[in-house]
Amino acid sequence: MASNSDKTSGDLSVTGIHKRYGQVRALADVSLTVAAGEFLTILGPSGSGKTTLLKVVAGFETPDEGDVRVGGRDVTDLDPAQRNIGMVFQNYALFPHLTVERNVAFPLEMRRVPTAEIRTRVAEALALVELTGFEHRLPRQLSGGQQQRVALARAIVFRPTLLLLDEPFGALDRKLRESMQLEVRRLQQRLGLTTLFITHDQEEALVMSDRIAVMDSGRLEQVGRPRDIYEAPQSPLVADFVGESNILSGTVEAAEGAAPAVRLEGGTLIRVAADGAVPAPGARVRVLLRPERLGDAGDDPGAENRIPGTVVESIYLGLSDKYRLRIAGGIELLARMGASRTARRYAEGDAITVGFHAADARIIEVR
Amino acid sequence: MSTADATRAGPPAPRSLRVALAERRAALGAFLLTAPGLIFLGLLFAMPLLQLFALSVEGGTTEWYARVFADGLYTTIFLRTFEIALFVTGAALLIGYPVAFFLATTTPTWRAIGFALVMLPFWTSVLVRTYAWMIILGRNGIVNRFLLDYGFIERPMTMLNTRFAVVLGMVHVMLPFMILPLYSAIVRIDPDLARAARGMGASRLKIFQRIYLPLTLHGVVAGVTLVFVVSLGFYITPALLGGGKVTMIAMVIEQQVREFLAWNFAGALSVVLLAITLAVFWVLNRWVARRVPPAAGQGR
Repeated sequence: MASNSDKTSGDLSVTGIHKRYGQVRALADVSLTVAAGEFLTILGPSGSGKTTLLKVVAGFETPDEGDVRVGGRDVTDLDPAQRNIGMVFQNYALFPHLTVERNVAFPLEMRRVPTAEIRTRVAEALALVELTGFEHRLPRQLSGGQQQRVALARAIVFRPTLLLLDEPFGALDRKLRESMQLEVRRLQQRLGLTTLFITHDQEEALVMSDRIAVMDSGRLEQVGRPRDIYEAPQSPLVADFVGESNILSGTVEAAEGAAPAVRLEGGTLIRVAADGAVPAPGARVRVLLRPERLGDAGDDPGAENRIPGTVVESIYLGLSDKYRLRIAGGIELLARMGASRTARRYAEGDAITVGFHAADARIIEVR
Repeated sequence: MSTADATRAGPPAPRSLRVALAERRAALGAFLLTAPGLIFLGLLFAMPLLQLFALSVEGGTTEWYARVFADGLYTTIFLRTFEIALFVTGAALLIGYPVAFFLATTTPTWRAIGFALVMLPFWTSVLVRTYAWMIILGRNGIVNRFLLDYGFIERPMTMLNTRFAVVLGMVHVMLPFMILPLYSAIVRIDPDLARAARGMGASRLKIFQRIYLPLTLHGVVAGVTLVFVVSLGFYITPALLGGGKVTMIAMVIEQQVREFLAWNFAGALSVVLLAITLAVFWVLNRWVARRVPPAAGQGR
């Protein structure tokens, strides 16, 4: 590894990865590409295989099948030490007996970079994460957020081809987490680092990513831009995992006019979005309706759907009010309504008519 | 503000007295709990030790101490004892570290098997194990038989009654004392540290040198101290496997008492051995305090 390497980030491509642990299938035919400079998030619940995928990319696990290419180089059979991949661990994995400076210098020392150059590059990296002046502290003398920055500096100081982040914000409190998310994102964009980020926090994924890959049971469910994942999920699982959702079962009715109609189990007829192939009448479908797209019908004359119901529960959340409603057939709906000055507030037991646009009711599954 | 100050100004004196009393009661309780142990040690350990010391200076003379150092014989035996203890410690460390590492990093099944293998001899009498070595190493022992039968040697090798046999037997006895503190030090290291180091380009050797060794130094020192100090006073194993040809200081002390009834001289030898042992202990402890960072071992 040349000391004067001007290696920039490269792309990552993972093809047909399978991995089993005994009877347990951890990864099943996972293929994914991350373009150079792109920030891609693997989002999934715990046990979905996302950490296994990260370990396969890093080289800590060998896949049963498939290969991993980083910057055009096949690294499937390479030792982690030879992959030139930077990684931030969930618990940071800082060396407790080394100072901040020595921690960050570690990957450079392993690459036999000359001492003088190590000094300047460590100083640069610490300046990037705003830790100048903390060189001689030990990790345990730092706060969680500072430890996180050291881990980040250590992962980027050797100009890795790829940066891996394994749920790095889990241990931070909410405020700090939010500011670190933006900071990491800015740094990543500034340095043009190809980044693979692992998280189970959907909000974090939406905030940070160029693209999100939703994973479950060792499979990739959907890969797309945050907006696509949120607004056009391709399966109930993705819809349910990303954001809050109402998922309603019903049967397609004969379409009259542009908007197709679905008869819900309780008997209510709703108009749904017409994009994509609309199933033939009689098909059993599931419809996604985001709670924040449900409004007070009186405020929205354009809404094609108006459904009467009763408020079962009313929760004050500051930014919005969250209502649990019961409509015909005992079906429950979640609705979030903005807390604007003019918004009407409902109490438990109040009658309410909710309205929503056909475009906001999407068929996500045909059975 | 002022009301808060007023309420705070009121109770402090009686309250701190209450705290002080509670603390004293707790301290007394803790002391009472240790009392049986203290009495036991005092009667059966400290008292005889003091008696031994009294014997060594009986009649207000330093004559016995002069004899320990006057004669080159005893100095030589002390030095030999040190040498053997050093050998045993070094060998136990070299053998014990990889074993402890294996135990700390392997799967639970292998760990259980490994621990059984380490602890089984530990629960067997030293005497039995020493006799086993005599059978293995003897002129007609297993090793010689094997080498003779397959033509590797023409005449049986002398292994028993050599320093080699003594060291071998002692290492075997002392290994668990080395492995256990090393194991507890290694098992506390977060395995992600090794992964992180590997991901940053470190070879296995570098990971050992730069991560594991410094972080387990306190365990190394604990094991080394334990094995070295215990080895200094070893008796049964060198007596049986050395066959009278390898003399260690504990054997000399025993001989002075049993054969010559020279209690005063034996007392002086014991006190010198104790002083040396304490000195070693002290030096190692000082070294640890300075070298091992307080964070060491706290994996996360």
